[in-house]
Amino acid sequence: MKAFLKKLKKNPYMIAGLIITGLIVLMVIVGLFWMPYEPTKMNASEKLQGISVKHIMGTDNMGRDVFSRVMYGSRITLLIALGTVTIGVVLGTIIGALTGYFGGILDEVVMRIIDAMFAFPSILLALVIVSVFGTGWAQLLMSLGIAFIPSYARIVRGEVLRCKGMDYVESARLQGVSQFRMIFVHILPNIKGVLASSILIGFNNAVLAEAGLSYLGVGSQPPYASLGKMLSDAQQYMFTVPSYCLCPGIVIVLIVLGFSFLGEGIRRWK
Amino acid sequence: MEIILDVTDLHIEFHDGDTPTIAVDDFDLMLGKGEIVGIVGESGSGKSMSALAIAGLLNRGSMKKTGRIMFNGDDLLTIDRSKLRTYQGDEISIIFQEPMTSLNPVKKIGWQVEESLYIHHPEIDKKTRKQKAIDMLKDVGLTNAEEVYYMYPHELSGGMRQRVMIAAAMIGGPQILIADEPTTALDVTVQAQIVELLKKLNKEMGTSIIFISHDLSLVNQLCERVIVMQKGSIVESGKTADIFKAPKHPYTQRLIAAIPKIDIGE
Amino acid sequence: MKYIIKKFFSMIITLVVVSFCVFLAFNVIPGDPALRKLGTEASPELIAQVRHEMGLDDPLIVRYFNWFTSFIHGDMGTSYNYNVPVAGMVLNKVPITLTMAIMSFVLTILVSIPLGIFTAKYENGFIDKAITMINQIIMAIPPFFSGIIITFIFGMIFKLFTPGGFVSYTEDFGGFLRYLIFPSVAIALPKIAMTVKMLRGSLIDEAAKDYTRTAFSRGNNTNGVLYRHVLKNAMIPVITFLGMLLADMVAGSIVIEQVFSIPGISRILLSSISNRDYPVVEAIIMGVAAIVIIINLLVDIIYRIIDPRIEITD
Repeated sequence: MKAFLKKLKKNPYMIAGLIITGLIVLMVIVGLFWMPYEPTKMNASEKLQGISVKHIMGTDNMGRDVFSRVMYGSRITLLIALGTVTIGVVLGTIIGALTGYFGGILDEVVMRIIDAMFAFPSILLALVIVSVFGTGWAQLLMSLGIAFIPSYARIVRGEVLRCKGMDYVESARLQGVSQFRMIFVHILPNIKGVLASSILIGFNNAVLAEAGLSYLGVGSQPPYASLGKMLSDAQQYMFTVPSYCLCPGIVIVLIVLGFSFLGEGIRRWK
Repeated sequence: MEIILDVTDLHIEFHDGDTPTIAVDDFDLMLGKGEIVGIVGESGSGKSMSALAIAGLLNRGSMKKTGRIMFNGDDLLTIDRSKLRTYQGDEISIIFQEPMTSLNPVKKIGWQVEESLYIHHPEIDKKTRKQKAIDMLKDVGLTNAEEVYYMYPHELSGGMRQRVMIAAAMIGGPQILIADEPTTALDVTVQAQIVELLKKLNKEMGTSIIFISHDLSLVNQLCERVIVMQKGSIVESGKTADIFKAPKHPYTQRLIAAIPKIDIGE
Repeated sequence: MKYIIKKFFSMIITLVVVSFCVFLAFNVIPGDPALRKLGTEASPELIAQVRHEMGLDDPLIVRYFNWFTSFIHGDMGTSYNYNVPVAGMVLNKVPITLTMAIMSFVLTILVSIPLGIFTAKYENGFIDKAITMINQIIMAIPPFFSGIIITFIFGMIFKLFTPGGFVSYTEDFGGFLRYLIFPSVAIALPKIAMTVKMLRGSLIDEAAKDYTRTAFSRGNNTNGVLYRHVLKNAMIPVITFLGMLLADMVAGSIVIEQVFSIPGISRILLSSISNRDYPVVEAIIMGVAAIVIIINLLVDIIYRIIDPRIEITD
């Protein structure tokens, strides 16, 4: 513990990351049990108020409490980002491990498709899926998840190819280990380090992509809103009530910043 | 014999960790014009560090250097950086152990061979420069010099790359060539060729050579005089023939004993 | 040359794969296009007739082939909603989106390369540390949020441009470019931060390599080593990265057009998505995909030019 604190002291990125991420997570957890106001409750007499003791982030154009909506919106944003990365990592790992391990024609075909997807901006891919399957948070989750598969598939495939040639895999093969066991017990555990750092980056990209798509109006539908959607609603009131727009925006920035500081902190952890 | 380089009391220590590490201590070297001196020792003996100091390539802030390296009336340790640069590549050149990584991978061979001329003799026009580079490439034994001129390092073999490095080092006609383990990364047959080449260039161009190696038999083939180093200090120095006949220091005796017998017969 | 031909074929294959996926996505998954065109009340005879006219009786691969060839010849189909050719609707919007992407790209290069070199040169100095920190923060700001802030500060407070007052390139080209500067900055900001970080790291890695010692030994000063030797090596990975960024910027402009109310491709795309006007969506997606794929080919070629080793590794 003492050694941990000593290391922490030398690592401002880690400290900042832990504090920011801690506060965001705390806000979301508290929001599960208690919020100052019902996030969807409108109040015609309290429209577009600035920051006050009663509404610490002010109110929106329908008189709803922005802080409560931010609490709720952060929950949606984090859940979608978590889901996106989970889908991307799980499917990407399976595809990457199988193609990398078995190679051959399967590898050729799948990697061509993966390359094409990779070259294709993820926001467009998500828009294609949303336009075919309709808007909503489930579609958003699916489309972002699929858009995230190629990058993980590529990373895992590369690592599996690297591990395949190593002595310990060779000796396991000579001992007659089954192929399934070889991939999941002998190879995959060795690439978790590489995967871990790309998961943090992926998480940030997912938050940003979700916010962008919600901003375009293809994510969660009203009256509930994720942070991106709140921003697009608030944009026209930027001049009259800056807090309405700035608060959700700053929270998005803090979420991403917290994780990127954590990532940087882990990288510098020695 | 005219002395062109005089190193006295060279002392180099690092201040990276908690206690300073001494890399070179009390190093002395006098180099005569046209002379070839060998420096022998294992890795970590301080021989490469001394060479880098003479070449003016030690400039890390966490390092303390004392003593004197006199060349042309200047002390290379304290001389102004811009003055030092006028010597580097023109009067004092260096070649390294790894000819692959020591060459810039994305520049053509000709460009790299010419670079010293470009820096030190801007008055020479492009065409003459190219001609000189091709002549130099031929001098180091690359018969297809015109083709090599337009090639990239990865297209050449290890021995050819080291010849290119030598050509680039010698193009300015330097007074001193420092060869820092130039043959270690090469095949045995290629090693002998490179040693022969250095001998030839020394004779033809009159360049003095400091030849650094851990291989005493190569030093024996090339150098009139040798300095034996261990753990940063000189343990023995003198005429190569004398030291081979009667090594005084136990370390030198061990080094000589370690040479495979077939080489001694040469 | 062999390399370029090989890459060219690989580009064609990618294009075919992408187009086939797009074709499947919009012509097969959503159901029967004839039914959608006519509505569910239409008589079975009429549907059959329209299906025949639209070529829906043919096997899938024939339908794809017909679709693809007519697409290449500029026939991108007819909009369901407006009943006009898609090509006419989309093509005059392309210059707007493309101009904005290129402007952000140029901006990114102009700012990030000098800044990357500077931070690497003064590694761990005060300014380097400050820029590294600011970079982390800028990377965390989504472009649409910085777009909103830019609109607020430069549009509303300093009145350097009129938010929403987009000028078409057919009317006043100078005014058009001037309006696009601000959205371009919004797109470029995070990309600049990423490129600076990338270039800085790449320069520092390269500067530690043996050949820089050789360069110093020939009498180069720091700038000589940096600009004559290290920079070209360090740019190799950065060029690939910049290529990906350009593709990303074309896509990223979709969101930014919305922030700055620019009537580019994004507006048609989004309204077509919500109206399920598939031929329009299809055309735009294919267009962007083609641009992205061509950019990737160009990056590969440039990469080949600056890195002579590629034939060996490829």
